[in-house]
Amino acid sequence: MVVSLKELTLEEGFAPGHRLCPGCGPAMATRMALKAERGRPIIVSNATGCVEVSSTLFPYTAWRIPYVHSLFENAAATASGVEAAYKWMLRNKETDQPVDVIALGGDGGTFDIGLQALSGALERRHDFLYICYDNEAYMNTGIQRSGATPRGASTTTSPAGTVIPGKRGPKKDLIAIAMGHHIDYAATATVGFPNDYITKVRKALEVDGPAVVHVLAPCPLGWRANPRDTVRLAKLAVQTTIWPLYEVEKGEYKLNMKIAQPAPIEEYMKLQGRFGHLMNPNRKDELEAIRQDVQANWQRILRLCGQGQA
Amino acid sequence: MPITVVRREFYTPKAPPFAPKMMPYKGEGMTVDQSQEVVGNTGDEAIALAAKQSRVAVVPAYPITPQTIIVERFSEYIANGEVDTEFICVESEHSALSACIGSSVCGVRVFTATASQGLALMHEALFAASGLRCPIVMAVANRALSAPINIHGDHSDMMASRDCGWVQIFVENVQEAYDWTIMAFKIAEDANVELPVTVNIDGFTLTHCMMDLQVLKDEEVAKFVGTRKAELKLDPRKPISYGSLALPEYYLEIKRQQVEALENAHPATEKVLDEYASMTGRRYGLVETYATEDAEAAILCLGSAAGTAREAVDRLRQQGKKVGSIKLWLYRPLPVEELLCATEGLKSLVVLDRSISFGAPFNPVCSDVTVVLHQAGRDTKVMNAVMGIGGRDISVQDLAGELDKALEAARTGEVQAPVTYVGVRE
Repeated sequence: MVVSLKELTLEEGFAPGHRLCPGCGPAMATRMALKAERGRPIIVSNATGCVEVSSTLFPYTAWRIPYVHSLFENAAATASGVEAAYKWMLRNKETDQPVDVIALGGDGGTFDIGLQALSGALERRHDFLYICYDNEAYMNTGIQRSGATPRGASTTTSPAGTVIPGKRGPKKDLIAIAMGHHIDYAATATVGFPNDYITKVRKALEVDGPAVVHVLAPCPLGWRANPRDTVRLAKLAVQTTIWPLYEVEKGEYKLNMKIAQPAPIEEYMKLQGRFGHLMNPNRKDELEAIRQDVQANWQRILRLCGQGQA
Repeated sequence: MPITVVRREFYTPKAPPFAPKMMPYKGEGMTVDQSQEVVGNTGDEAIALAAKQSRVAVVPAYPITPQTIIVERFSEYIANGEVDTEFICVESEHSALSACIGSSVCGVRVFTATASQGLALMHEALFAASGLRCPIVMAVANRALSAPINIHGDHSDMMASRDCGWVQIFVENVQEAYDWTIMAFKIAEDANVELPVTVNIDGFTLTHCMMDLQVLKDEEVAKFVGTRKAELKLDPRKPISYGSLALPEYYLEIKRQQVEALENAHPATEKVLDEYASMTGRRYGLVETYATEDAEAAILCLGSAAGTAREAVDRLRQQGKKVGSIKLWLYRPLPVEELLCATEGLKSLVVLDRSISFGAPFNPVCSDVTVVLHQAGRDTKVMNAVMGIGGRDISVQDLAGELDKALEAARTGEVQAPVTYVGVRE
């Protein structure tokens, strides 16, 4: 199943006029997700973060659908409550309108502070979709490193110094964490490939039970990139195999985009100030180590997807 | 012979000039509707039953001593098909209250229960629940806070969160726990209030203590509480956004509305008390007084200590000492006029606190009472007795001792020690 752009709703659940930056990846991820609706209204439970603060400045709202935000770490728990309330209302004929519930959080609200609430909601098998828009740091508070920040990235709390070249260690594997809960659907996506992303959101909404979509959403401000390069970066992340596109349906891993000739990781990195220090010849070893990490992860994903050696 | 539920004699205070509706009942004449079933129940069981009969739609909950029985009983109701509630076994109290918020903004009735560390873990969500005007009802089985870890009763959990914008009710016994839980739904969901409510019961003293409980019929409770009618909710037909970002231009106005809503809980509670009394014959107030009419000194407390306080008053009265006692049912919003009425004519007052406000001149309840008396220009001598900390027994003897000290202060006009840690080994 691939959702064609032509069949998407013309309605904008996430209206223009919000205060997100030009070239904001999370804004694209949010708008596209709502376009994936399957003829059922969507209710969004949003974690505190860029999308939340920039879309709900009182007395305005960019949301033309029912929307709730309360705290940073509780998007999944709040979504549990919404889902349970609708189950009860439908059973008791208080409403005749089934809804799809999407919990939406950034990487800080998902990988770090909201991980427990996400784990609980997945384990309880609520019928909801969790979308993590991943811009790889706490951008709303000023670009601090999170558990999703990739190795080598310079952030305000993992600055590239003379001794330490940016963030240490790899980012958490959110899909593996999600699959540790034996859920029926989990997928990676980027805003660079809208058909792939929207199709995955649609599939995830159709799953009866919890689902997770992990979408890479470049942040021009935090990545220190040109706003016009957001889509380019989101595509390069896939083409360099830094961000493999795959999905897991009922335990079956499937690669969604084969990359026969991976582009050099430098092509992706050199467009971003957060990796600028790695372009310096004296950081050659660190860059090489990252390249090996990327290759090893790509091979791992290929094996999971039954593709053997690339 | 009708069964008398209140064994003690109650005194009604003189009608005050501003005539607030306080102490609207005389216990000695109180009789029981014979049609009401009487069962033996613990405080936790009584609250679970009240929530069940109030037909809550969603109960997200997490176990913590001494609240656990509430969650266990509710799980049994679910397992046996006795209720149609969505029960969410969340992974923490933070998620319990977050899920409550999610359900509540969908317009349905929500209940949860917690205690101690659980309430502390919920702390930020408490403010979100009241700020988003979610009429959630939550039982708090009051328990000491770590460290050192202690599972027994005191009020440090609720007092540490007392500024969270919730209506806060404290009950004395199992019957009150049941009655106030049912009433709490109506208070919370009142259109002028729309705020969350905590029903506080003392850990172990009430949660695990079995007492006689008069139970209403399921249909009586269902009729009394009705169904929740939420004007605003998450409805695709009329989409709204909950939880906006409100910057300095708007934040104050929103908070001011919240203050007003909490103040509205005062008349809303009185209305609900009236309705409940006409259904059950059990008439509660916001403040209860006992033998204060001609008293020189009195003791004021919240929760289960009130019964012990009346016992102490009885003993001293037998010795001809003019003492009385006062209990607050409603702690937030603080019933100021009722409190002034209840304390009228007192030369001295001992305020019992079951929590410590470290570094403050007085502990929470005493601070409130002192401010109220001072603002009214009263010269009542106030003394603060810290008792029942970490479940330390509150004895009749100790309370009588504090009342004696208050009488001494009333006689001399001198307070020897403003704050006493009663029974502490030093």
